[in-house]
Amino acid sequence: MIAAPADDEPLIRWDWLARNADDIGGMLADHVYLSVVPVVIGLVIALPVGLACARWRWIYPPVLAVTSLLYALPAIALFVVLIAFTGLSHTTVMIPLALYTLSVLVPGVVDGLRAVPDHVRQAAVAMGFGPLRRLVQVELPIAVPVVMAGLRVATVSNISLVSVGALIGIGGLGELFTDGFNRDFPTPIIAGVVLTILLAVAADGLLILVQRLLTPWSRQ
Amino acid sequence: MNAILNALRWFGQSEQWSGPDGIPQRLLEHLWYSGLAFAITLVIALPLGLALGHVRRGRAAAALGFAVVSSANGARALPTLGLLILAVLLAGSGVGPTLVPLVVLAVPPVLVNAYTGVRQVEPQIRDAAEGMGMTGSQVLWRVEIPVALPLVLLGMRTAAIQIVSTATIAAYVGLGGLGRYIIDGLKRQEYDSTAGGAILVIALAFLIQLIFTGLHRLSVSPGVRLSASH
Amino acid sequence: MITFEGVSKRFPDGTVALDDVSLECATGEITVFVGTSGGGKTTALRTVNRMVEPTSGRVLIDGADVRDRPPAELRRGIGYVIQQAGLFPHRTIADNIATVPYLLGEGKKRARARARELMERVGLDPALAGRYPAQLSGGQQQRVGVARALAADPPIMLMDEPFSAVDPVVRGELQAEFLRLQAELHKTIVFVTHDIDEAIKMGDRIAVFRTGGKLVQFDTPKNLLAAPADDFVADFIGYDRGIRRLSFVPAAELELDDRAVLPENASVAEARATGADWVLLTDSGRRPLGWVAVSGLATDRSLQHMPRAPLGHTFNVRADSARAALDAAVLSPSGLAVGVDDDGVVVGVASPLDLTNAIGRESAR
Repeated sequence: MIAAPADDEPLIRWDWLARNADDIGGMLADHVYLSVVPVVIGLVIALPVGLACARWRWIYPPVLAVTSLLYALPAIALFVVLIAFTGLSHTTVMIPLALYTLSVLVPGVVDGLRAVPDHVRQAAVAMGFGPLRRLVQVELPIAVPVVMAGLRVATVSNISLVSVGALIGIGGLGELFTDGFNRDFPTPIIAGVVLTILLAVAADGLLILVQRLLTPWSRQ
Repeated sequence: MNAILNALRWFGQSEQWSGPDGIPQRLLEHLWYSGLAFAITLVIALPLGLALGHVRRGRAAAALGFAVVSSANGARALPTLGLLILAVLLAGSGVGPTLVPLVVLAVPPVLVNAYTGVRQVEPQIRDAAEGMGMTGSQVLWRVEIPVALPLVLLGMRTAAIQIVSTATIAAYVGLGGLGRYIIDGLKRQEYDSTAGGAILVIALAFLIQLIFTGLHRLSVSPGVRLSASH
Repeated sequence: MITFEGVSKRFPDGTVALDDVSLECATGEITVFVGTSGGGKTTALRTVNRMVEPTSGRVLIDGADVRDRPPAELRRGIGYVIQQAGLFPHRTIADNIATVPYLLGEGKKRARARARELMERVGLDPALAGRYPAQLSGGQQQRVGVARALAADPPIMLMDEPFSAVDPVVRGELQAEFLRLQAELHKTIVFVTHDIDEAIKMGDRIAVFRTGGKLVQFDTPKNLLAAPADDFVADFIGYDRGIRRLSFVPAAELELDDRAVLPENASVAEARATGADWVLLTDSGRRPLGWVAVSGLATDRSLQHMPRAPLGHTFNVRADSARAALDAAVLSPSGLAVGVDDDGVVVGVASPLDLTNAIGRESAR
């Protein structure tokens, strides 16, 4: 299976890309869907879990042990195990990604809340903030940068991991890899790698923008 | 539930335990490729990360440090499968080309954690060490590395798990190891073999996690653990 | 002796941290470098163990240029204590203290035994030897820092704001204990602080630095308070330097008056005969009981039954300074300070005017 491109074969065939632009666009959309939905689900679960861990400190160590184990699970292994339960569906790819997001975000939320200086918390109590108002108006905003850092890591990792799903046929841009490999044809592979990286960079940039909007006080 | 029973039955079949496609052989292959990639990663990333963290002065060091930290973020965005396939298509199949993406993906976490670990050692601790007459390498070995050890180990653990996981995927481009069960099973639609392989890979990941937890207990000073929890 | 000969330090970014500093730190004394931040005092200290290399000038230890010795070797012979102690979090207290002995190749057993001995010296329970720094309070960590600097028994110690990270009460204890230790050890010490009170308390001599790394005055604490070289030094010492100077006038030099001191059973007539506004009553052992205002006395009964104002507090004529006497006078209902001897027996009383006169005599010397 020696597969170096022949001398007359360029590394990238632009005409192929032009012809398949529609398909590639569809894969890109699929890729975005497969990577973003798990981030949202992971965030929705991680917030209450993280809050609980920050409030009742004793549950944090076991939760941390579980999340770091989850993070260690190879994606491909989770995908194929889940096939038995959720079949060859989007859900099969999104469940592991949501778990990874969760395992990155829970420590992020806890660290973020712990980063709230004690004097700030006490000042809020002294000014008559109730627990819920204090959480929403004081503690969560201060925790935003740490949580956002976790969110960026999770989003970028998910975007890169989605392509592994191509091994079970659901991989967004990852399908360009398997396609190129099966046909011994580098163009789709290079396009897939480049688009995945661009998508990751774009998502990361978007999140940085969101963070700046959420925390105007930290802008220099 | 059926699938799990099937996978368990798969483990019970005698042909899984001998021959070139037997579990012992595949496990050994997996450990061998992963171990090789891990060793290469450490040889590249550990000295570089530790040295860069240790050398703090000068604009060049700061620029290199920034590059190191960015490399970790960058590496996270690289699609593993795409990289593996590209490496094989461009450099030919075989262990060598396949190991390259494994190492490329594993170097950043080791590099960054070693770098930040040493860099984050409090300046007054380093100042005290130098002020008492430690030479540069004594400061590194006797103070900076022991204090940075939790992060250094974290980076190594991340890299090890990353490698085991990527080596599984590498079966798609022809590498041996436990990934074969998954990839071949998918191709032949033998899902009991796929699930069995997945369970083996998960067990291996757990084992690595466990080994590093043990390593942490053994090698990190209780004093460092105490000061981290404060 | 540590000698600074025209030492200057200019950092690559152009800031001048030390500008032609020359001074001598006498053997066995505490020389304090004090000044505003950015005054170069820490830089000056760090030129001694070559943590900073001067741009020009020399630093000599007992006549030998520090640059003639390799930095690591030089530093092992100089104790070094810094703010927040800089203890190694991964080493036990004993091993922290034994750092330099280990570097010098001493065996674990001997070095640890010496560490325990030093712990007692600096007021730490040797039972803490196996603990880690994170398990100690700030004050305890600072003591470990001092013990660690003493471990190889260096003749010279450099102390860079060693007590500034702890609260004032603990700082006071650490200062007093360190002075007690120094009285036994007679190390040659360079001590950096930004706190003028600490400088006056700790220093045998004080070097005042100002922004730009200029040494503006190098003198004993007493002379510094009496004759600040310029407005900068005067401002730095503070508006109450006059009162601080009293700390350097022994109470023994005050001329005490005992005419207004009467036994409890004296009569009002006797009190009037003193001519004083207030008389101090004493018991049979001549220990002070309280003040009686003479002007309000109508009857001719014994003073024993007259209303008494409380004593306030007294000063010890042998051990205290004139500052304690002034404090006693200010707090006394009569405006007079009661001086007692070691047994609490009244020697006499002093008015604020007497104190002023004492300072006058002191300055005239």
